[in-house]
Amino acid sequence: MRWSSRPYSAGGFFFLVLFGIFTFIFLSFLYLESAEEKKISIYSSVANYTLSVTERNGQDYVGLFEILEPLGTANIKTDGLHWKLRYKTVAAEFTAGESRARVQGRNLDLPASFLLDNGRGLVPLACLSTLLPRFLATPVAFHETSRRLFIGNVAVHFTAQINKTNPPTLVMNFSSPVNPMIATEPGKLRMVFRQEPLVPPGSRTLTFDSAVMPSASFDESNGAAEIAVTGSAPLLASFSNDGRTITIAPAPNQAQAPVRTSNPPSTPAASPPPAQSASTAPAAAVERPVPYFAVVDASHGGEERGAALTDQLAEKDVTLALARRLRQELDAKGLNTLVLRDGDLTLSLDQRASLTNSVHPKIYISVHAASLGTGVRLYTALLPQGGGDRGPFLDWDTAQAGFRFASQSAEASLSAEFGNRQVPVRTLIAPLRPLNNIAAPAVAIEIAPPAGGISQLDSAAYQQLVAEAVAAGVAAARDKLGAVR
Amino acid sequence: MIPRHLLIGVAAMFAVVLGMSVYVWRMRGRVEQVEAPVVDTRTVAPPVSGPSEQVTLYVAYDEPGVLRAQTARIALPSGRQERAQELLRALLGMYLDKSSSHQLGPGAEIRDVYLVDPGLAVIDANAAFADTHRSGVLVEELTVASLVQTLAVNIPGITRVKILVDGKQREALAGHADLTGFYDVSAVNELASQMR
Repeated sequence: MRWSSRPYSAGGFFFLVLFGIFTFIFLSFLYLESAEEKKISIYSSVANYTLSVTERNGQDYVGLFEILEPLGTANIKTDGLHWKLRYKTVAAEFTAGESRARVQGRNLDLPASFLLDNGRGLVPLACLSTLLPRFLATPVAFHETSRRLFIGNVAVHFTAQINKTNPPTLVMNFSSPVNPMIATEPGKLRMVFRQEPLVPPGSRTLTFDSAVMPSASFDESNGAAEIAVTGSAPLLASFSNDGRTITIAPAPNQAQAPVRTSNPPSTPAASPPPAQSASTAPAAAVERPVPYFAVVDASHGGEERGAALTDQLAEKDVTLALARRLRQELDAKGLNTLVLRDGDLTLSLDQRASLTNSVHPKIYISVHAASLGTGVRLYTALLPQGGGDRGPFLDWDTAQAGFRFASQSAEASLSAEFGNRQVPVRTLIAPLRPLNNIAAPAVAIEIAPPAGGISQLDSAAYQQLVAEAVAAGVAAARDKLGAVR
Repeated sequence: MIPRHLLIGVAAMFAVVLGMSVYVWRMRGRVEQVEAPVVDTRTVAPPVSGPSEQVTLYVAYDEPGVLRAQTARIALPSGRQERAQELLRALLGMYLDKSSSHQLGPGAEIRDVYLVDPGLAVIDANAAFADTHRSGVLVEELTVASLVQTLAVNIPGITRVKILVDGKQREALAGHADLTGFYDVSAVNELASQMR
C-alpha cells in the first residue's frame, strides 16, 4: 500500500527504467558503430595471413578450416550437426552446440561450444593453443589478448640502437625483412606490422639517450604489432638491407609545411593551379637537401583505396609495398630515390606533381595495380589540350610536353628489362594524372596479376621481380635521363 | 482491486510496445525501399526516326585490352547532335549487355552530347556510368578511348572532347582516367592505334 499512497514515485520509477532501456540501446548502437572489426593474424613458415574473428555468446570464434587451409591440404564434410575435418592425415569431428570434439580418435574439451555457421566450423579462440598442435604436430604460441598466433619457430626479433650523428638516427635491425605500414603524427612515428611475426624485445619500452628520439614502445593488439617511436621533431623512416633495417631520422623540414614551389629552378617548374589544397602533407617532406634521381609515387592512399583487387586487397596497399621495394632496388644501384607516399596517407594529384617538380628528379615513376589482364603495363602521358606556356612558366596541364621523348625512352628501357625477365609487358599512352603535370621524364607502371592469379599480385617474389626489372631499366637509361634538361 | 502501481506499469509497457511497433513498422518500410528491385534508371527516349545507316563503333575488349572497329547499322536522326547521342547510346547498349566484352555497370547511360563549334563535343554521362565503372588504368582508358574515337570517326569536325558526369566535371572516371581536361582527338587516335 505504500506504493498506492505514492503513485508518482511508481511513475518516476518506470520512467527511470524506460530511460535506462533507451540509453542502453542508444549506447549499444554507438558501440557497434565504433567497434573495430576483430582480427586474428596467423604466422607460419608457409604463409602469414589474417582472418576475421566472429563474436558469439560473448566468446570470440574463428573458422578452423580457414586457419588450416593455407597450411596444407584440408577438406571438410558437413552432415547435419556433425562437421568433419581432415587436415593432411589428421581427422577430427565436431558437433554443433557441443564443447567436446574428437581429434585423431581422442577427446578434446573446448572452452565453449563448437558452432556451425553456413557450413563454416567455428571454434573458440581460447582453444587454439591446445587444438592446433594436434593437427600441426608443432608448437603453437598464441598471444590471446592481441590475437596473434605463431606456428613453429617463426618469430621475427629486432634491436634498436641510436646513432649519435648529426642529426641522430635510430637504426632498427630485424631478423627477417619487414614491410610495416608507417604513419606519422605530431611527436610520434608508428610502424604497424600485420604480416610480420614480430615479437617484443625484453622490455616493451625502450629508452634512448637522445633528446630528438627519447623512446620507443612495442605494443600488440587486434592481430598486429606496433612500434611507436616518440620524437621531438617530425620523423622519417627509410628502409635498407633488403627490408631488414629501418632507419628513423628527423625530417629535413617540417612535414606540415606547405609545399614550396618557388625555388629558383634550373628548369622552369610547372606551378599548380591556385585551387589546390595543402591541407594534407606527405610523410616525406622535401626541400632539396639531397638531389633525388628518382621519385616513386605509390598511387592512391589514405581514404582513397584505389581499385578493390580482391575483397581483402586494395590497390593502395599493393602500390605502397611495390614502391618501397622499388626504392630499395634503385638505392642499391646508387640511384637516390624518394618515395612520395611512404605510409597510408591521402595525397592529391596536384600535391604529388608539385612535390615531384620541386625536387627535379631525373625520372618520376607512378605505381598502379589492377586485376585486369596479366603482366605489366607501362604508360606515358596522353596530354590533354593545354593553354600553352607563359614565358618561363610551364602550363600545368601540359608540363610533361617537353619531356615526352625522354619518358618514352625510359619506358622503352623498362620494357626491354621486363622482356628479358619473361614478364608480359605492354606500352601505351594514358590519360593518367599526374603524368601530364610532371616536369621530368615520367612513366606509370600498372602491375597486373602473374599467371598464378590475383592472389600472387602482392606476393614478395612477384613484386621483387617487377622492382628489379624497373630498377634495371632505370639504371640502363641513367645516362640518357641524366642528360635531360 | 488492482494496485495503482501495477496499472501504471502495464500502461507504460503498452506504451513501449506501441512505440516499438511503430518503430519496427517504419524500419520495415525502409528495408522494403532498400530491397526494392533495381529499377532501370536509363532515360526513356522516343524511338529514333531516320534511315538506318552503317556506322563504325570502336568497341573495347577487356581480355586482350584492345579497341576494335566494328561496323553496325543503326537508325540515326538527321541532326548532328542527335546523331552523336544515338551513336554513343548504341555503343553503351553493347556494353550493358551481360555478354559484353567490356561490361559497364547497370544504369550507365549517356544523358546528352553537346556539339559546340569549333570542334568541341561535350559528353554528359549519368552518375551510374562513373560510379559503377571498374577501377584501373587500362579498363578506364578503354572506355574513354571507345567513346571519343567512336564520336570522332562518325561525326566529322570534332577535334576535342570533354566528358562530364551528371553535368559536372569529375576528377577521374573511377580513380584513374582523367576527366578534368579536354581530350585531343588526335591524341586519342594515337591511343586507339596502340590499342588495336
